[in-house]
Formats: sequence, C-alpha cells, structure tokens
Amino acid sequence: MQQSALLDPAVKRSVGMVKTDKVIFKGDDYVLNLESGKTLSPITVAYETYGSLSPAKDNAVLVCHALTADAHAAGYHADDPREKPGWWDMLIGPGKPLDTDRYFVICSNFLGGCKGTTGPSEINPATGKPYGLHFPFYTVKDMVKVQKWLVDHLGIERLFAVIGGSLGGMQVLQWAVSFPEMVRGALPIATTARMSPQAIAFNEVARQSIMSDPQWNFGLYEPDRQPSSGLSLARMIGHITYLSEDSMLRKFSRRFINGSRRGYKFGADFQVENYLHHQGSTFVERFDANTYLYITRAMDYFDLQADYGTLKKAFSQSRCSFLVISFTSDWLFPTAGSRELVKALGMAGKKVSYCDIDSDQGHDAFLLPGNRMSEVITGFLTRLEKEG
Amino acid sequence: MKQSTLQQNIDWSKSIDRDRVFDPLICQLTGPGDRVLDLGCGKGDLLLRLKREKGIRELGIELDSEYAADCLAGGLNVIQGDLEENIIDFDDDSFDLVILNQVMLSVPNPLELLKNGLRVGKRVVITFPNFAHWRIRLQIMFRGRLPVNRNLPYEWYETPNIRLATVDDFINLCRSRHIKINRKKFVSQGGNGGLKEILLWPNLRSSLVLFCLSREMNSDFLPG
Repeated sequence: MQQSALLDPAVKRSVGMVKTDKVIFKGDDYVLNLESGKTLSPITVAYETYGSLSPAKDNAVLVCHALTADAHAAGYHADDPREKPGWWDMLIGPGKPLDTDRYFVICSNFLGGCKGTTGPSEINPATGKPYGLHFPFYTVKDMVKVQKWLVDHLGIERLFAVIGGSLGGMQVLQWAVSFPEMVRGALPIATTARMSPQAIAFNEVARQSIMSDPQWNFGLYEPDRQPSSGLSLARMIGHITYLSEDSMLRKFSRRFINGSRRGYKFGADFQVENYLHHQGSTFVERFDANTYLYITRAMDYFDLQADYGTLKKAFSQSRCSFLVISFTSDWLFPTAGSRELVKALGMAGKKVSYCDIDSDQGHDAFLLPGNRMSEVITGFLTRLEKEG
Repeated sequence: MKQSTLQQNIDWSKSIDRDRVFDPLICQLTGPGDRVLDLGCGKGDLLLRLKREKGIRELGIELDSEYAADCLAGGLNVIQGDLEENIIDFDDDSFDLVILNQVMLSVPNPLELLKNGLRVGKRVVITFPNFAHWRIRLQIMFRGRLPVNRNLPYEWYETPNIRLATVDDFINLCRSRHIKINRKKFVSQGGNGGLKEILLWPNLRSSLVLFCLSREMNSDFLPG
C-alpha cells in the first residue's frame, strides 16, 4: 500500500488479512432453550472482528448476515490475488461506512449456519455424526440469543449499532425487540417484519427441489455427496428473486451464449441461463442442503406481528434509533413492508429514519455498489455518534 | 407513496432560491432545542441550518428518494414518504414547530394538512407565493397569460402548485377557522432580486408570504 493512502483518512482501504475465530459455549450456563421447545448444547460460534474495541467498549457494531453468507464479512483469508474479499467488504474497512478506524465490527455465522457455527451439517457430539435432520428447528429469535452470548463473551454491554440486510435485517429487528437495552442504533435493510406468503412460497419451492433430489435421502447424505441438482436448483430460484426485471435486462439482455445465434437445444443457450447455472453449481461447493432447509424455515416463521400482537407492541420496549432502508426494485421484500415497519416504529414513538433507495438492482442491491446505501448509512452512524 | 405525485416529475431545482427566502426568519422563529417537523424538507438545507444554529431535534418528511438520501447522508433524521400520509401517524403536540415551506399549494388537501399541522405542532409556519400581487394581476389582465417568474417559476403544465392562494384568502381562512396568526411577513422581490418587506397593502404588493400560526382555544382545529 502506498504511504499516501495510509495517511489520507478519506481513502477507503481493506481490513487486510483476517481469520475466523471460534468460541464454544458449553456447560450449564449455556443450554440454549429454543423457541421450538427443544434445547441445544454445546454451541460453537464462528466469528470475525475488525478494528479495535474502544476502552469504553462503546464502539461495537454487530453485522448480521443473510441466508447463505458467513462470518467472513470483510478482508481476505489467504494471500491470493484471485481471492474475493468478505461478503460486505464494500461497507467494512478504514474510511468505509463501517469504519474500522472508529468502530469495532463483529460478524458471526448465525446459529444453524454451515460455516463454523453449530448447525445441521456439524458433527453432533452425542453421536459422532452430522446432525442432519436431527438438528432442532431454530428461529431468528434463537439466532439472536446466541449472538448475544457472543457479544457478552466479548465483554460488550451495549452495541453501538446492529446492521444487516434481508434475513440479516430480521435479526436486527429481533435484536431491537429482544435486547432493547443493548442496542443504540438498528439498521434493518431490505427486510421485513414478517415474511410474505410470496416469499414463503419461493422458499418452499426451493426446499421441495432439494427434498425431491434422490441424493437428499431424507437428509442422510454424506457431506461429499450432496443433493447437488436439488440444491443447485434451489439457488437458481433464489437468484431470480434477488434480481429485478430491469437488472436482468441490463446484465443479460436476450443475449445468447454463442453470439447471436440460437442453439436449438435445452442446455443453457441464453446468458441469463448460464448465469443461473453458474450460481447454482458454485453454490453446491460451498453450502449444505439440509442447512438451506432449516434457514429458509427460520425465515418463514419470522413474524413480529404474530409474536407480539402488533408491530407497535413488538417495538414498545426498544430504545434505539432506527434507520430503515429499502430499495425501489426489491420485489422479494418490497418497499411496502418497510413502510409498514416505519409507520409502526413511528406510532410506537421510536426515532426512525427511512429511505427507499432508488435502484434497479432488486433485492441484491444491499450487497452491491452503485446506489446510495453507503452514504446514507455513514450519515446515520455519524449522527448517532454525535447524539451520544 | 402516492404515485400520482411522483409521476408529475417536478423539477424542484427551479424553485430552490425562492424556497430559501424565509429561512432566516424561520430560524428566528425557532427556539433552541425545539422539536421541528419539516414537511417536504427537500435536500434538508433549512433543517441543517436550524440544527446548526438552534440545536433543534429535527424530523423531515420528503417524498423524493434522492433528496431523502441527501438529507440522511448529511446526518438529518428524515423519513422518505408522503407528507399528507405521514403526518396522520404523529401524536398531538409532538412538535414545537411544524414547517410547511412552499408546500401547501402542491398538496391535494391543504386544509386537512393545515389541520394536522396544528394538531401535531404547537406552532405552524406556512409560506406560499401570493397570487394577488399587482404584477400578476396586470399580467393576466393585459397579457392574458399566467405568471412565470422568480416566485412562480413554472409553466402551467409543469407546476407543482395545484392550488392558488392570496394573502387575503388565507387570512380569511384563518379567521373563519379560528386559527391564530402570531406572526406574518410579507415580502416582494425587486427587479435586482433584493427582498423588500411590505407593510402596506400586502395582498396587492407582496409576492411571497409567511404566516406563523397556532390554535385558538375555540379553534375548529383543536386536537382530539
């Protein structure tokens, strides 16, 4: 890195090399009572941190990841120029909105994930085999409980902010509801306070495609023999819902893979098909099918209205400032849902800012540059700091 | 969000200078630390100034996504949305001051908005262009054309003003609805763009007006 880049605070830099840490919560103090009525113990949590915790321990920002991401939110794991940085690297680093010169950023793989935290693909210590379908059902509320254990473990009494998109945004909302005394700022992005039947329907089609793959075998597949065609298809369906009609048109148009000529075949012929196939097949390499079933179920069950009577009641104890962000072209978690959330927060007397950011990128917009999310987040966090 | 308003595609930049005319006076009318609601806050210029100079606790409502993003990036507390819809959700007396700066003529239900403004705020500041200014009268009389000038910078087919009002119309409304006028300011802009306060015959001579209102005890607009 050049000397000048190091000196100029306005230059956005990478957090550099990072590694995933693990902490095991075991013993009588750490028996997780799940919403489903089951219990789970011990629990391993994989997490990464960036920046340093202030002496007053008041600068911690918890990042909650979405469906298929992990604890690796920023920086690099290997000294390999081809390696892609963590999934929210555009937001986390010195000079970036989650400025690691100012904030101590934490991201953990949520409960029931397959990236190091206890979940269906991990070995059940009682049997020595992967949990598979013996893993208990878990909810967003359960995920947040485990995140609280981690935050306690790191010695943090109050988080400066909790931020996340999509399923990550659901965790943010649950944090504000479950642990109101521990959150100063909540940033739910491209999310909803209750899954819509349409979103549940897409999840169900994804699950059915996994479960109808013979290799799934009621969840009893070997780790290296995943139901790859089912999982790949599930991912393809997901990706359709993450894009918008406009972004597909912009990215692929009607282009064929081989120039302008039709191939007269059922194999991938259009570029959009190629994209989906690629997304599907690479996903199988990095994600576990049973885990996908469980996580989508956790999303489906997320409904703050049903859990607390009304949305207004759900947030009645919350003490944080909210920044709600939606995107104009997100049809998976549409603007109307965020607007409803903002209305409820306002009626509950909570401090709330809201922006429906103009973007044609669909639901994926929260993971992409090219819209105004970053500066809106920076403005909000800076204000939150000043308000003390 | 009301698509009808969005689809009008108003070029708000045309009226930026006019919209800032009363900022110094609104600043004077604001108390230190006041809770201020700016309905249709645009890029947030006024709120930023009030925050800087008076340390207000601000909330802006803005329909335009880009302007709302500008406000939020600048560190303002803003909700993107339709001001007529959003104001309904606030409790009575939630604010010390409610600002309706050059917005009353562009909403479908100005009376309802005024009523809600007086309900959620202890005081309401309203500004609008005066349609009874002598130059406008002459223009319509002799040229037969609607005015397009510094204070009404839009052609008839692109204007956000779907209502027209004069000083006397507004005073009449306040009288009939028992709204108390605490402060009024009438100005006209000279040929060089300089502002001049108008004390005599404001309905004829002022081009821009400001009223600071509150509820009277027997007002039709009492909360509840």
